[in-house]
Amino acid sequence: MSEPEVPIAKIPEDPEQRAWFYRPSSIRKLWIITYVVLGLTVAAQFGIHVHDHFGIDGWFGFSAVYGFLSCVSMVLFAKLLGYLIKRPDDYYERFIAAGKDAEDGDV
Amino acid sequence: MFELAFPPAFILIIGALLIALARPGMRPVIVLAAPLLTAYAIWQLPDGVLLTAPFLGYQIELVEASTLRRLFATIFALMALVGGLFGLKQAKWYELAAGYAYAAGAIGVSFAGDLITMFLFWEFMALFSTVVVWCGGTVAAKRAGVRYALMHLIGGIILKIGIEGTMIHTGSIEITALALDNFDSWMILIGVLINAAAPPFCAWLADAYPEGSPFGTVFLSAFTTKTSVLALMLLFPGQSVLIWVGLYMVFYGIIWALLENDIRRILAYSIVNQVGFMVCGVGIGTEMALNGVAAHAFAHIIYKALLLMSAGAVMYQTGRRKCTDLGGLYQSMPVTAVCGIIGALAISSFPFTSGFISKSLISSAAAYEHLTWVWYALTAASAGVFLHAGIKFPWYVFFQKDSGLRPADPPWNMQAAMIIFAAACIVLGCFPNLLYQYLPYAVSYEPYTAEHLLTQFQLLLFSGLAFFVMLPLMKRTLTISLDYDWFYRIAMVRGARAILQLWTWLLGRAEALWAHAGAPVAARLKGWHLPDGLLARTWPTGSMTVWVVVILVAVVVLGQR
Repeated sequence: MSEPEVPIAKIPEDPEQRAWFYRPSSIRKLWIITYVVLGLTVAAQFGIHVHDHFGIDGWFGFSAVYGFLSCVSMVLFAKLLGYLIKRPDDYYERFIAAGKDAEDGDV
Repeated sequence: MFELAFPPAFILIIGALLIALARPGMRPVIVLAAPLLTAYAIWQLPDGVLLTAPFLGYQIELVEASTLRRLFATIFALMALVGGLFGLKQAKWYELAAGYAYAAGAIGVSFAGDLITMFLFWEFMALFSTVVVWCGGTVAAKRAGVRYALMHLIGGIILKIGIEGTMIHTGSIEITALALDNFDSWMILIGVLINAAAPPFCAWLADAYPEGSPFGTVFLSAFTTKTSVLALMLLFPGQSVLIWVGLYMVFYGIIWALLENDIRRILAYSIVNQVGFMVCGVGIGTEMALNGVAAHAFAHIIYKALLLMSAGAVMYQTGRRKCTDLGGLYQSMPVTAVCGIIGALAISSFPFTSGFISKSLISSAAAYEHLTWVWYALTAASAGVFLHAGIKFPWYVFFQKDSGLRPADPPWNMQAAMIIFAAACIVLGCFPNLLYQYLPYAVSYEPYTAEHLLTQFQLLLFSGLAFFVMLPLMKRTLTISLDYDWFYRIAMVRGARAILQLWTWLLGRAEALWAHAGAPVAARLKGWHLPDGLLARTWPTGSMTVWVVVILVAVVVLGQR
């Protein structure tokens, strides 16, 4: 596929002049909203009874803690596995090129 | 009856042919009309075996309809329609034709009443999906297409061994639930699972699909894996081995997607993840689980195509497909961003999207069967889906750091396709009975309880928190992650080279041995046996007479005694 022409905007030096989403003040606001929403979803459990299937899944805030911890462990596992299986993204191309050179060398 | 039972797959095949033959001006009409006609034909089919034909001494059932088969065929036709709209003007005509033939194969498998028909359409799909991969048009696509074709040919051979064994040993070619107590059933299971991207044959999917064009990849995401989910539902419902296969796929998809930098490869890994949920549901095998699998396949095709359309739109407009090159695109591509985010929410089973009403059927089925560990694993995986696809994809493409790129939204037909599927995600999520009424078994499940909403919001929002807390650990790098394809892309090549080297070395040694030990022996042998040698020389007739006389004299003298 040929590379299409893409307009490129200059990003202002001053963070407060950038698009709304990237301003430090907006990022602070977004974090506050996030914490409020997170707090509300947990607090709502005071009013809603959660039935358990297996015991601990009925505990207060179980889904919140379980969701958070499983994601943290998956990210950490991926990070560790990454040390083992990550390769430069031209890994296979290099292998093919190296093979070609060797063949040319033989000839 | 015959008119009604005209195989819907053939309509789409004719459509594919017409796309190839028609004048360019007529093509868009055919692209839109063929799947609509196919869908109409699908909905005219009553239940039961509708069309049989003699084939190699067997009576094959070209069309057998049921609620489940019709549901899968419908979503395949719908996928062809909206996928066709997405590539209406921009995709090459041969790509659209191949994509439609590929979809026709999937519809053919959906209605196949026996193993032979299933196999024929199965291979038809392998053929045309390979063409779709090749339509990516790059060297990488060409190579990935060859690997893809090889993998599916191997899968096809394994499937055929199983089918022929079943035909010989049972005399039946009927598609019915098989017991896993003999070699033939296992071969069929393995053949089908290869198409589902089950381990250790999971690498072909993330290897080949992302190399298609922005339009081809949308088609590729829908058919192969979902027809094998249907085949698993028909042939192996309730086989508990599938629970574990499915769970492996679920976590494999998440972990590899987390490590990935290419946006379309992230989405490819997440196909394996989602198909894992379905395979697991087939393994649970209760009516509720199978309903969940059917609903999830239907919902998944829509939101996964939507996600790949939004990734494809970004790629079409920017020519870039790596997280490290993108960011901040929400500013100039609002339609693509909103549609992509809706797809991302749907895949994460966010309430009021289609994923919420379909996936919860599967995890609730696990809970009702008291499969404790399966339920915990599926719940952790649901959190992981939000992590790797629900947030990671839109975050790195549309937000993260501002890349400064300001591409416009794609042409109108691409936008329209995205908007249609985004709307479908939300409508199905808000009105679950639209989908539930077409599931194979009666549904008595209510997804929208206060309790379910609460636990789902807690699970997803705190997974989101984990993403942003762990963000520094997920800094994108210019890397790929090794997978089982390493064995056939590197290890086998090295192995072949090593064998070649060993052979060359052995030849060298043999020559050396020859020079040292063999040559003197050979020289003596030559002395005896070559034309001038003692034993090979021709002798004059006279000398022979002399020798005959000598022998005669000797005999006479000795005989005198």
